Amino acid sequence: MVAFRLPRGSEVRQGRRVPAPDGASRVREFRVYRYSPDEGASPRLDTFEVDLDKSGPMVLDALIEIKNSADSTLAFRRSCREGVCGSCAMNIDGTNTLACTKAIDDVRGPVKVYPLPHMPVIKDLVPDLTDAYAQYALVEPWLKTESPPPARERLQSEEDRRKLDGLYECILCFCCSTSCPSYWWNGDRYLGPATLLQAARWLQDSRDEAAGERLDALEDPFRLYRCHTIMNCTKTCPKGLNPARAISDIKRRIQQRR
Amino acid sequence: MNLLTPLARARGHGSAHEGAHHWWMQRVTAVALVLLGAWFAWSVLCLVGADHGAFVAWMVRPANSLLLVLLVIAGFYHGWLGVRVVVEDYVHASAARMATLAICAGIAWLAAAGAVLAILRTGMGGA
Repeated sequence: MVAFRLPRGSEVRQGRRVPAPDGASRVREFRVYRYSPDEGASPRLDTFEVDLDKSGPMVLDALIEIKNSADSTLAFRRSCREGVCGSCAMNIDGTNTLACTKAIDDVRGPVKVYPLPHMPVIKDLVPDLTDAYAQYALVEPWLKTESPPPARERLQSEEDRRKLDGLYECILCFCCSTSCPSYWWNGDRYLGPATLLQAARWLQDSRDEAAGERLDALEDPFRLYRCHTIMNCTKTCPKGLNPARAISDIKRRIQQRR
Repeated sequence: MNLLTPLARARGHGSAHEGAHHWWMQRVTAVALVLLGAWFAWSVLCLVGADHGAFVAWMVRPANSLLLVLLVIAGFYHGWLGVRVVVEDYVHASAARMATLAICAGIAWLAAAGAVLAILRTGMGGA
């Protein structure tokens, strides 16, 4: 839904400031979005001074340091800490990316950390991705076949396998979908770049037998054609993928079968 | 209270099985407008400083009348397709969206028909 103003009670207020411990030499300022539904108050922006000598080089390392030594109530998701799981997706320095692969040194000035934009916030940096996951389920992201299964594996030529490069690497962090203005305005009906890239991944798979059925489900003014080639998705993808190209590939396939 | 499951919300009423025609025609009319627009701009530049009679004389030539009609149709069609996208993007209440789309379609039809009529009348010496 288009919102030119934040809903009531969503304006971010000035939070508290936690200074670096005495004797810290390399201090860096982190401004972190805080919101807790239990407090019934507006979100706030807390400022933490972090001693970089005690933290690793990445933004996630600093967040863990903050949670360990300054404020244990800070909530964020993380797991693999090496850009594979997609849990720690958040908005850092104005761009959606993975906290674990974003180097603190790459940010100039105070490091601003917000949750992924335009999603309901469960707490602090944890967005509610329930509906985005349901949209992912809608495209039925699994191999669909009707031919009897072969005795051994389903064969795929090396050439056909290469067509999945640039698609299979997606870790479903939803940095792209939550950077897309079209998804902000119409996220209830538009599937968003992350889900559409996955749809393209199964359309592209030479072993899949349900291409027509998949295109039927996608051909919709809102599900697919809300993409206006804004390209924020491609610009922000922390894995360097190109969801915009995947979406235009789906549009081309639909045009080709008309 | 909304007790629909997330999957039911995501699926909604299913796919409309349309949108491809809109998407394709937007591109077709865009290409047509590049060509017709260049022709129109060039023609007008050649007539800079000419009087009303010279413009009419240019306009009543069959090839020019034909291309002008095509320019007007492609222009209003392309404009209507674009306006429709904007309305669908930003107007969410179903009744308001349908009403806005109907009004915009009416304006586009009216303006296109009026422009075509004017070209034809001029072409047939009505001026």
